[in-house]
Amino acid sequence: MDNVSPESTVTTLSVHALDVPARDTAEAVARRGYGKLVAYLAARTRDVAGAEDALADSFAAALTDWPQNGIPHNPEGWLITVARRRMIDAARRRRGASEAADHLRLIAEELAAAEANDMQDDRLRLMFACAHPAIDPAVRAPLILQTILGFDAATIASAFLVSPATMGQRLVRAKSKIREAGIPFRLPERAELNERLAAVLGAIYAAFSEGWSDPVGTQTRRRNLAEEAIWLGRLVVSLLPEEPEGLGLLALMLHAEARRAARRNAQGDYVPLAEQDPQAWDARAIEEAEALLLRASRMGALGRYQLEAAVQSAHTVRRRTGRSDWPAIVELYDALAAIVDSPVVAINRAIAMAEARGAVEGLAALDALEGDPRLAEYQPYWAARAGLLARAGEVAAAAAAYERAIGLEADPAVRKFLQERRTELRYGESCRR
Amino acid sequence: MKYILLIYGNEAGMLSASKETAGQMIAAYSAYTEAMKKAGVYVGSDRLRPTSAASTVRVANGKTQVLDGPYAETKEQLGGYYMVDVPDLDAALSWASRCPGAAHGTMEVRPIWTM
Repeated sequence: MDNVSPESTVTTLSVHALDVPARDTAEAVARRGYGKLVAYLAARTRDVAGAEDALADSFAAALTDWPQNGIPHNPEGWLITVARRRMIDAARRRRGASEAADHLRLIAEELAAAEANDMQDDRLRLMFACAHPAIDPAVRAPLILQTILGFDAATIASAFLVSPATMGQRLVRAKSKIREAGIPFRLPERAELNERLAAVLGAIYAAFSEGWSDPVGTQTRRRNLAEEAIWLGRLVVSLLPEEPEGLGLLALMLHAEARRAARRNAQGDYVPLAEQDPQAWDARAIEEAEALLLRASRMGALGRYQLEAAVQSAHTVRRRTGRSDWPAIVELYDALAAIVDSPVVAINRAIAMAEARGAVEGLAALDALEGDPRLAEYQPYWAARAGLLARAGEVAAAAAAYERAIGLEADPAVRKFLQERRTELRYGESCRR
Repeated sequence: MKYILLIYGNEAGMLSASKETAGQMIAAYSAYTEAMKKAGVYVGSDRLRPTSAASTVRVANGKTQVLDGPYAETKEQLGGYYMVDVPDLDAALSWASRCPGAAHGTMEVRPIWTM
């Protein structure tokens, strides 16, 4: 079986209410150390699925052993030892004794070293393997969530809105690809680092965005996803402190996370950014984001995530002045549009132009996007269009655009908000008559 | 590929909803239907009358048996469906998540068996 996840191990554990310190230690290691253990094992065998299976077994063993015999001095070393035995057993079964001998000796030597010393942190290597160009971009973020954080396939499937069976297959296929295609577990050379890091950061940001789409955290698992993505962002920053885009991504995620509470009012209704109370934003998260962004800007290599974080930073000006710095935001989106071909950037740029220069200019920028097939099912485009048309006084067109946006929205709170805007439009119309 | 999106929900709750809630719901469904049509995925849809209007028919040992009520008494009842024509399951799930019914009950997504 491929998907015996550590998460399910941990769940079983809490259900049975074992010895509390032993359980807590196992959970803490599972949560924060799991990826390190998977990375360590997989980097030496290139067998991600095998490493996960072996670790699931060793976590299960820890749950029976630790409450009886006490927590070992080196829990990670203990888990690696047990996992090593499982992997050796599995390799023996697969290959036949003589053929496997050399391979096994190698694994055994390397892993023995791990038990004795501080374990090397191979998580970054594992992340680069997961986000390798040979891996389907759609499965990179799920693969990182599973291998580094131990999410099970069903949880990841819900977050990315695909069926659990499909997600399970995609993950299995990606892991086979890593093994069979010989995808390396190494840090890319300087020359290719930027491009390869962009894939890792893109996967982390995809995970964050999935978590972000559930602002009230009604779905606990999704809420965790945003927090876990920030944790991954911190991990990248700690392992690659000199990479400005890593800092930029972390700043961007912290800025967005700072506004989580302000996105809903006391009744649970959706509050758009323009109507949020800046005092409800998390000041500490904003300060940390600003410091990261400043650090990144001193490295003198501007990139996508720094620009997006800078946009968020320009919104926080509202805390002092009462108004976002719209002219700056337009300039930042101009720069972004030059390096990223994304309808999301183009839509946000149009909204910023409307704020800085009036609804007509914003609409003209949106009109330029018409005909992009990606927009037919893209709610933010229709919501933005509806808002700008309403401001320009084009009531009938605004109503039609609101209809499209309402029909495409999955979040009930946002849907209700759009319906209210649509109704106000109707009232406004009858007042004028 | 064609998929049917079956909408299961608590029909008693729906029937007792306030006029405002019901109106908002109907408007949401009509916007959803329009969005499907504009995106070119819509095949068909219907809303069903409540299970109190249902009958079941079965032939056992050559004898026809007719009963009042739905096939099974469940907490959530089949209240309607959409049929869509989309490239794959991911697209069908994405549309199912946008259905107003997804926030009030459960959507079952089933591929159509083409004969």
